Formats: sequence, structure tokens, C-alpha cells
Amino acid sequence: MKICYYPGCTLKTKAKALDRYARLSAAALGVEMEEMENWQCCGAVYPMARDEIATKLSAVRALDYARHNGGKLLTLCSACHNVIKRTNDDMKNDADIRTRTNNYLKLDEVYAGETEVVHYLEMLKNIVGFAEIKKKVVKPVNKKIGAYYGCLLLRPSGVMAFDDPENPTIIEDFIRAIGGTPVNYPFRNECCGAYVSFKNQDLTERRSNMILHSAAEKGAESLVTACPLCLYNLQKNSDHSLPVVYFTELLAEALGVKDD
Amino acid sequence: MQRIGVFICWCGSNIAATVDVERVAEEIKREPGVVFSANYQYMCSENGQQLLKNAIKEYRLTGVVVGSCSPRMHEATFRKAAESAGLNPYMVEIANIREHCSWIHKDREEATKKALVLVRTAIAKVNLNAPLTAGESPVTKRALVIGGGIAGIQAALDIAEAGFAVDIVEKNPTIGGRMAQLDKTFPTLDCSACILTPKMVDCAQSDKIDILTYSEVEDVKGFVGNFKVKIRRKARYVDETKCTGCKLCMENCPSKKGLNEFNMNLNTRPAIYIPFAQAIPNVAVIDPEQCIKLKTGKCGLCQMKCTVGAIDYTMQDKFIERDYGAIVVATGFRPINIDHFNEYGYSENKDVITSLELERLMNAAGPTDGVLLRPSDGKHPKVITFVQCVGSRDLTDCGKPYCSKICCMYTAKHAMLIREKYPDTEVHVFYIDVRCPGKNYDEFYRRACEQYGVDYIKGMVGKIYNENGKLMVQGSNLIENEQVTIASDLVVLATAIEPEPSVRKIATLLTASIDTNNFLTEAHPKLKPVESPTAGVYLAGVCQGPKDIPETVSQASACAAKVIGLLAKDSLKTNPCVAQSDESMCNGCSQCANVCAYGAITYVDKEFRLGGGKTETRRVAYVNPAVCQGCGACTVTCPSGAMDLKGFASKQIMSEVEEICRA
Repeated sequence: MKICYYPGCTLKTKAKALDRYARLSAAALGVEMEEMENWQCCGAVYPMARDEIATKLSAVRALDYARHNGGKLLTLCSACHNVIKRTNDDMKNDADIRTRTNNYLKLDEVYAGETEVVHYLEMLKNIVGFAEIKKKVVKPVNKKIGAYYGCLLLRPSGVMAFDDPENPTIIEDFIRAIGGTPVNYPFRNECCGAYVSFKNQDLTERRSNMILHSAAEKGAESLVTACPLCLYNLQKNSDHSLPVVYFTELLAEALGVKDD
Repeated sequence: MQRIGVFICWCGSNIAATVDVERVAEEIKREPGVVFSANYQYMCSENGQQLLKNAIKEYRLTGVVVGSCSPRMHEATFRKAAESAGLNPYMVEIANIREHCSWIHKDREEATKKALVLVRTAIAKVNLNAPLTAGESPVTKRALVIGGGIAGIQAALDIAEAGFAVDIVEKNPTIGGRMAQLDKTFPTLDCSACILTPKMVDCAQSDKIDILTYSEVEDVKGFVGNFKVKIRRKARYVDETKCTGCKLCMENCPSKKGLNEFNMNLNTRPAIYIPFAQAIPNVAVIDPEQCIKLKTGKCGLCQMKCTVGAIDYTMQDKFIERDYGAIVVATGFRPINIDHFNEYGYSENKDVITSLELERLMNAAGPTDGVLLRPSDGKHPKVITFVQCVGSRDLTDCGKPYCSKICCMYTAKHAMLIREKYPDTEVHVFYIDVRCPGKNYDEFYRRACEQYGVDYIKGMVGKIYNENGKLMVQGSNLIENEQVTIASDLVVLATAIEPEPSVRKIATLLTASIDTNNFLTEAHPKLKPVESPTAGVYLAGVCQGPKDIPETVSQASACAAKVIGLLAKDSLKTNPCVAQSDESMCNGCSQCANVCAYGAITYVDKEFRLGGGKTETRRVAYVNPAVCQGCGACTVTCPSGAMDLKGFASKQIMSEVEEICRA
């Protein structure tokens, strides 16, 4: 099957690995990720100002494009997913934002949140199926791995509807599917502190270490994440006590398509 | 043609600020039939009522329209005034120009126009009104109290004290309710059982009170003064009249794995059990889920051991029907389920407990004989952290939006008692706000902080996790503006309370309304706080809203006063606005009886003269005016237009609609 894919800028620079392994794995699983044309930055930080629509426009353009190209928009970066999904929710449920954004964009057809925003993990779970992945694994990972969710995939939980924000299981299920053993540790859904890394680097470092140490203590040999921001922060602002990798890299490895 | 008087009330500035009352009174004078029109500052005052009375006499009025507040407020006032001036009270109509007009509009011109329409509409109705006379129905001098907690007990005792018979129906095997589970009570710290059990004993000893435990209300028919209630007496498998409460059966029961509900499932009990030492009645009950004999047919040890032959494995549920004049609902509360609050790890960690569980752990009759030991390993906890507002004031879908009201006080109580009994224990309390209004309440909380050194931390808890056997409570300290993590041995969650879920069924049976949080609704939030909107049904305790023991007892006594007032009457005036069938048009199709919720409609065969000496016998509907509640369901169902409601006839309603449409 084909699915309209929105990579986002980080995946073209710092997080190339996240993107490359995702594409290789998807191909192995029979999913064709079709990168949308002329995509723009998602807006990066979800525009909290309620009277601001300019920062939502690029996300809406992507959503509108996907509406005419299969109705689903596949995301991979946690931050892009968060921004696009929340913007989509606004377009669906906030009449004021919907009207003003449509007035500005003058699309051929009014956009009112019709597109379904699907994160790569959700695609693995709901479209491909973890059981199916398990069958296609050629090199089981065979390691104790801690899932690191971070905050962007889970919250705000009502809008994101990704998983239980306090006790998520989707990455653990993923780890099991590729032959690994998930390690449950209390900080897997805590914020890594990346957002305050310029203002308060000490705090960021404390939080990163807290996450790494907690996972290590429960026996994890590495952490997996879907978030370029978290990965960067956990690697850069920490004592490096545990390796952190993108979940797509492990997936590619397990499927035997890792090319490096 | 009626001679109508119109009275426009200012309601101070409530109406007059938005509606030009003088103009309304002036313009309405030109309406046909209106012979008198006036406006007055407060129509409900003595002087206002006098104005109405004088006008009735002076202008020989046959109908009255008062443009004022909602008829729910003062219809009775003005009808009484009219009656005292010699006018039939049902010739008075209210045009609601306050709630339906001045309070909801801003534009004076538009509001004035609307007020005129509303008054004209009422005039149109009065023109078709006919004098009605209320009938009388007798009052059954017996009350039903649903729920045998402190609210039900207090209400029953007070009603019995006045000399009326009262039945307590309790779904559990004993009365006592939640209060029986508490260790100490705030703010005086007296032992809960010590003040409750004498009242339970009083109930048992009163010759006016009949206690029906292990029983549930199945069906309710009738109306104020004349309720017919069907009660299910669940099979207890023990003859209440024979059992002496000797506990021989409990000692010999081989099935000991039933969770002890009274101890919040913290320990187990035999399949045959008496919930607690002071239970009333002090009679055993068999849990059919746990009893080996009832499940497999093999065992029967308790029957063999019972010296009085009280045990009967063949017992079935029985149904009894009783008549009551009044009903008190006192169904109480339960702590909400917090399994889905994953941030607190209640389901994963044995040492994360609820406040009600702590009550049992601190109670001398509890699973630890009153010694505070944590559930996981039976050790003394040295650091205890309390978390307030667990599920209360919660705007996510997990909890409840309301304040549970009792948690601040019982948490202060717990903290204080622990510091008193185990001074080497460190006690922390996370709170959003500490709310302790009430006599000696704030003083009580301050004592916890100042005298007992309880560490109150303003902030919410985000996560509780287990690290090397310690419960790490991670929260924010808003005053110090920092994140804190407290390594604790025991965590106590002040869990929100919600109405007992069985209240939903009872509310349906009683047609008593319920709010979005399943609390029963009172007839008026300020002025009728113990009455339900259904006549003859009263509300006591937490089923109406969160409250503590003193408030519950006050409300229960208030309920009793209302019930006594009702039962003291020999008869009640019935509402004359009931349905009536025009027999010449009725074809006996049965549709009206099918929709009647009160069973007021029956059918009779009646002979009709056809002229020329011929007769025919036809089946026609008959409405029992004592049973009819005047809901009007039959009038809209009747296909031949034979059924009509007195005081709200189709013609009257249509004339009102026409008047509104004319505007």
C-alpha cells in the first residue's frame, strides 16, 4: 500500500537515520512511503497563542495535500506529529481557527480536519500489525531495551489519543515484535528537558541522567525513541551512560534491511 | 367573557431594569377582557398581595394574571391570596417575565415587547380557565428510609421519635454504612464506632423501626402519601429470627478466602460471616460466591455446627410489598475507582492505599488490630506521604470535577493521628488547596501543621514509582518553586467520593432527578435543600452532594422534620389538574393506558343512549384522579382527542400558542 509521508526538516538534517531506516523497513513490510511534494516546516513549536493562525498554515497545507492523496498523513518525528495532529484537531473542532485559516489559505475546498494523521508507530501497530512484523523479523534484536516515549507523542492525551499517557505500551509491544525484551522503568513518559536546554542546561542534564540511570538500573542495555529532540538531548546533555537509538534503526536491523 | 385583572411586578430592579413595567401595565389595559391593570414594586409583599385582593373584590375579577417570577416561585402565593379574596385559585395564571424575559435579555425595548407577549399569552389562557377544586387523598402513616448509614439511621430515629412507623431498607447485611468503617471522626477525634453504634442499637430496639437489611427496593408505585413499594429481601441463607450471632459457624467455615469488604478488602473472611462485631442485626450471612455448599453441594459444616438450626441453604429471595406515606433516600457514597490513575501506581504498589483503607489499618478492629503496618511487608512505615484531591477537582475524564469536601479534613486527621501515635514518623501532605471551613475545622488543620509538625506541600503529584522498595513520590512544591521527590514507605491517596451507583436505579424508580455526577437533585438549592422535586421524597446525606458527618446528620434530621410534617396530616389535597376523558369521544383503544406511567387509567363498559330508545355499550377510559399526576402523556397520545388535562386543556395550550405566534 501507498501512504502520503511527511518527513519534516529534522529528518533531513540531524535525524537522517530515523528517516532512512523507516523507509527501508516500510519497504520490507510492503508499505510505500510516498514523500509529499513541496512540504514545508510543520511550524515546529505548537502555536500556543490562540489568536495566531500564521504558524498553523504550513501544517494545514500538508494536511490538505494528504486529504487529496489517500486521506492519511504519515509522520515520524514526534514534534511534527504533535504539531500536525493538534493543528488538525483545531481545524476539526475550533470554528474560529478553521474559518480564519481557510479564509487565508483559500483552498479549493474548505479544510475541516478530514485527514487522518498517523504516526509511524501507529502505522506499524494498526496498519501492518505487530504480529505481521514478528513474522518478517529475520534477526531478532535479543536485547533488553527501554522504551522512551517522551512527552510529545502522548500529550495532550485527549487530542493525541496515542496511548495511555501514564502507562503507554505501544513501544513495548513494538520491542517484543522485533524480538527484544522491553524494560519497564518509571521515567519512560517523563519530559527529557530538551525544551529548557538553552535556559537551564543543568536541569536538562539532570533530567536526562535521571531517565538513563533509571532505565539502566532496571536492566536496560539501550533506549529507543521516536523523537529527534529527545535523542539529541539524551545523547548530548547527559553522562552517556546508555546508548539511545531510533526505533526505526532497530526495526531495520531486525528486518535485515539495515544498510550501513 | 372573563373580567381579568393584570398585575405586573417590578421584582425590585430584577424585572423593572430590563422591562418597562409601566408600559406593559398600560398597554395591557387595552386587551379585551382586562378590566384592571397595575404595576407594583414587589407583588409578593403583603401590600402587593393586598392590591390583588382589593382588585378582585372591587372589580369583581373572574381571572387574574400576574406578570412576575417563575410560577415555581410564587404561583402558590398568588393563588392563596386570590382564594382569600373569594376567587377560585385556579383562575390565577403567572406570566413569567423574570426568568423567561428580564434575566435573559439585555435590550429593554425587545424585552418589554416580549413581556407583553408573555402577559397576553397568560390572558389567553385565563380566558379559557375554569374553576377547579382539589380533592383529598389519605396519608399512609409510615415512612421508608432507603439506606442504613448514619443519614438513614438519624432520619429513622427522628421519625420514630415522633411516633411514626419507619422501615430502613439496607442493601448490605448490616446497618451502619461508611461511618462504621471509620476509625476516628474530625474535628473532635472521637471514636466513630463509639458514637455510631448506640444509634444503631436504638434503631434495633425501637418498636417503631423495622430494619430490613440485605434488602433492596425493587419497585415504587403511587405518589406522595400513598407509595406502594416492593422490596426484595435477598436470601441470606440464615434465619434472622433464629440466629443468635454466636459465630460458631464463622469459626468452622472451611472457605476463608472471601475478601472482607468491611476492611476494604485488606484481609479475608469466611464464606459465612457477620460483617463486624457491632453489626445490627447481629446475624450471619452466607456469601454465595464463596460458600462451598452452595457452589458444589458438598460441605454443610456451618449447618451442622449451628446450635439453633438457623442455616437454610435452600433460602430464596423474597418479595414484600408495603405502603408508605413518605420516602427518605439516604444511599450514601463510595470512593471512586482509581485503578486507571496510572500516575499514582495504586494497582501496582500494595503500599499505595486509599484513605478509607488507612481508616481500617488504623482501627483496632481492622486487619492489623489498629497497629499501623504497611500492607506489603507488615513493617512500620517511617515516611508517609498523603496526596489530596485524587480524582477530585479533576477536569480530565479520569476523575470528578467537584470537590469531595471531606478529604482535607480527614487527611489532616490521619496525619495528626499518625504523628500522635508514632512520633518518629515523617508525614507529608501534597495539596492543591486546603479547604477547612466549618466550626473548629480550620483550627483542626492548623493544629496538624503547627502542633503536630505535618509537612504540608502546596502542589500536585505527577508520579509515584517504586525504587528499591521505596515509593518515590514526585511532585511540585509551588511555594518553593521546585520539583520534589519524597522517598516514602506508605502513600495514602485521598480518593474522591461518588454516590453509591445503586442510586441511579432508585432515582429512576422514584422519578427523582439526578445530576451529571449522579448526585440526586434537591427541589431548590437554597430553599428546599432536603426535598427532591418528587413530592414525598426527601434526600439525606452524600446521595445529594458531598458532605461530612455533622452535615449529614443535620440534613437527616431536617428530612425527618419534613416527613413528620407530612405524616402528621390525615389527608393531602390532590392536584385537580388531572386528566379526564370525554366519554362521548373515547373509543376505548387503550393507548392512553399504555403510556400512563402511574397506572391511573382503567377501562369501564358504559351504556350510551343513541336516541330513539336505542342504547349501545362501549368500553371507555376512566382516569383515577387520586393516582393521576397530570403529566399529560395520555392527552397527546389519544388519537380521538377525548383525553384532556384539567387546567391545561388542549384548547388552552393552543390559545397560548396562537397568542405567541400572533406577535
